[in-house]
Amino acid sequence: MHVVDAEAAEPDGLRLRIPEPKARPGDKPVFRDLLIDRAGEVRRPPIDVRPADIVDLGAEMIRVLDIHGDAVGPWAGTLDAEQLRRGLRDMLTVRIFDARMLQAHRQGNTSFYMQSLGEEAVACAHRRALRPDDMCFPTYRQQGLLIAADYPLVTMINQIYSNSHDPLKGRQLPVMYSSRDAGFFSISGNLGTQFVQAVGWAMASALRTDTRIASGWIGDGATAESDFHSAMVFASTYHAPVILNIVNNQWAISTFQGFARGDSPTFATRGHGFGIASLRVDGNDYLAVHAVSSWAAARARANHGPTLVEWVTYRVGAHSTSDDPSAYRPQEEPFTWPLGDPIDRLKNHLIRIGEWSDEQHQQCVAEVEATVREAASEAERFGTLRSEHSSPASMFDDVYATLPDHLRRQREQAGF
Amino acid sequence: MTRMTMVEAIRDAHTVAMERDDRVVVFGQDVGYFGGVFRCTQGLQKRFGKHRCFDTPINESGIVGVAIGMGAYGLRPCVEIQFADYVYPAYDQIVSEAARLRHRSAGDFTAPLTIRMPTGGGIFGGQTHSQSPESLFTHVAGLKTVIPSNPHDAKGLLIASIEDDDPVIFLEPKRLYNGPFDGHHERPIVPWSAHPLGEVPDGHYTVPLGSARVHRAGGDLTVLTYGTMVHVAEAAAAESGIDAEIIDLRSLVPLDLDTITTSVRKTGRCVVAHEATLTSGFGAELCAVVQEHVLSSLEAPIARVAGWDTPYPHAHEWNYFPGPARLGAAMRATMAYR
Repeated sequence: MHVVDAEAAEPDGLRLRIPEPKARPGDKPVFRDLLIDRAGEVRRPPIDVRPADIVDLGAEMIRVLDIHGDAVGPWAGTLDAEQLRRGLRDMLTVRIFDARMLQAHRQGNTSFYMQSLGEEAVACAHRRALRPDDMCFPTYRQQGLLIAADYPLVTMINQIYSNSHDPLKGRQLPVMYSSRDAGFFSISGNLGTQFVQAVGWAMASALRTDTRIASGWIGDGATAESDFHSAMVFASTYHAPVILNIVNNQWAISTFQGFARGDSPTFATRGHGFGIASLRVDGNDYLAVHAVSSWAAARARANHGPTLVEWVTYRVGAHSTSDDPSAYRPQEEPFTWPLGDPIDRLKNHLIRIGEWSDEQHQQCVAEVEATVREAASEAERFGTLRSEHSSPASMFDDVYATLPDHLRRQREQAGF
Repeated sequence: MTRMTMVEAIRDAHTVAMERDDRVVVFGQDVGYFGGVFRCTQGLQKRFGKHRCFDTPINESGIVGVAIGMGAYGLRPCVEIQFADYVYPAYDQIVSEAARLRHRSAGDFTAPLTIRMPTGGGIFGGQTHSQSPESLFTHVAGLKTVIPSNPHDAKGLLIASIEDDDPVIFLEPKRLYNGPFDGHHERPIVPWSAHPLGEVPDGHYTVPLGSARVHRAGGDLTVLTYGTMVHVAEAAAAESGIDAEIIDLRSLVPLDLDTITTSVRKTGRCVVAHEATLTSGFGAELCAVVQEHVLSSLEAPIARVAGWDTPYPHAHEWNYFPGPARLGAAMRATMAYR
């Protein structure tokens, strides 16, 4: 009978669905479709679980911190108070660093900046769950990976300023850092390319019977790129020891996450067709990010294969200094985000367990502000975009391992 | 010395490189158990094991993307793209990633990969098994682009490419795999066993990237070419009676400028030939280089002989292919110019 009904309902012509976000500027923000579980409710499987046995975890949301600030459930307990305080300091450093660099951009010390306001927990907690010699293949919004690896702030600023001490010699757009020693692969700027490279690095590590793992990063929007699917099929086929991180911060510049997600309920469920263990996590919950990252790292290191993790978070700031989100989303949307602020949540937890206070917090903020200010001043002594750079002759270096004749001639022609 | 086809020489190069350096890994579609659709990797998996030579999903951007990650780790991947016509899904990984990784990271990370692919036509492959995309790679800063024309050079160039610290695009003229094809498709196939360049030294040797080879010495005019067209040029010289000096460039980037300019200074006339389509082809670069460096030696305009600017047609292959008749006509016209 249904078949007859459906046929009778055939329209005069086909209609294409063009997705629309629930709210645009002027509308009231709406997050009612966001699937959120209560903290502590989602199970913690063993690290050798078969991906097929945890398909429910692709649609649920792993959370540790509850509404009162307590750490609850099977994913709690991976961090002691000292580690939690360090995590809070990492996140504060990212936020204060971002604010200082946005100011530097307004002052003309750099051409461009990208902040990670609101999503600091994802990279900061993840990095602390890895070993120092594991390799991350980040996007441009994972400065937290460097900061939580104790990478020198002044070196980051030297790169942002393209000054005479820029380790990348003025070649890269600001924030496109590279540091092999800090386990941070060179950022491309072309979206998604690093995701499959992470799988390759992990495959190499396994080919060499090494113990290091790789961690690949991609945004919600870039999961639509074919390289996302390339990464997934290679990771699945070879059981590469890699963590595949999707940072779902809801917005790809002005495009809401529904364009990349389509009718899939979540990004984590993308992993199911590949047979990859897939988890969806509250990305603004430092404890949940650390617990799940540790789980995925242990799983990879024990040769149980890759894990796909969707970190659900929210991009509170603009995409970059070239963007104005008030043109495409309600201005109050960031303040109604149901998962709250990662720094506030960790701070409240520490206070609740008696390991932190407002006074300590204020003191910590003041210390970090001083550290960032000093780093910026030190970097400014080496120049800014407007002043001192590396030698322009150096642009001809590193195109190849050794300078070929045609580039030698061009360098001479350029007057160097 | 052993008599080899170009397929056997490429296989031998892999074997030598893999034996000398356990960081060399070989992978691509059908390259593992089966040994590649052209059999260039036959026996490698059996000899070196599945962790040194293995099959991959049909995913070119994945093949090159994971190779870049492996290169960053410290391996030296040598990967096969089944046909050059299939490389385009990997183009972003090659151009935006492999080519620029050393520069953008100031040497922090490098991509010492070799990306092999059969190129060119002459096998009735139609538009998707016949293309010559070398200029899409020579245009990209950070890549090296290599095309051998014979078994001896194929082995030496491939070993040099695998040992090179930069990404190398290694184009294998598929019509030359089993013999020195000179464009006379109507004649019986000549095997490499009957050709002196089918003599391949045993063990390790390299042909340095950036060194051209004078394939045929001559005094009348210079033919700048590479790949299959080296043998076409030889036939055209023999049939036209023109004493052509045929330069087999072997490596397009880096380019052996000295060998080019020395020859054109001597002959005063120059014809540029390639199978790839004419417009913005590598021949345009060769014309520019010659006029920049040896304009005063030129007694005639530089002629270009290339594939027509059309997709490679299946049934009309021999009307498309720049064979010895077309190349010979251009050589005669260049000689006649006063």
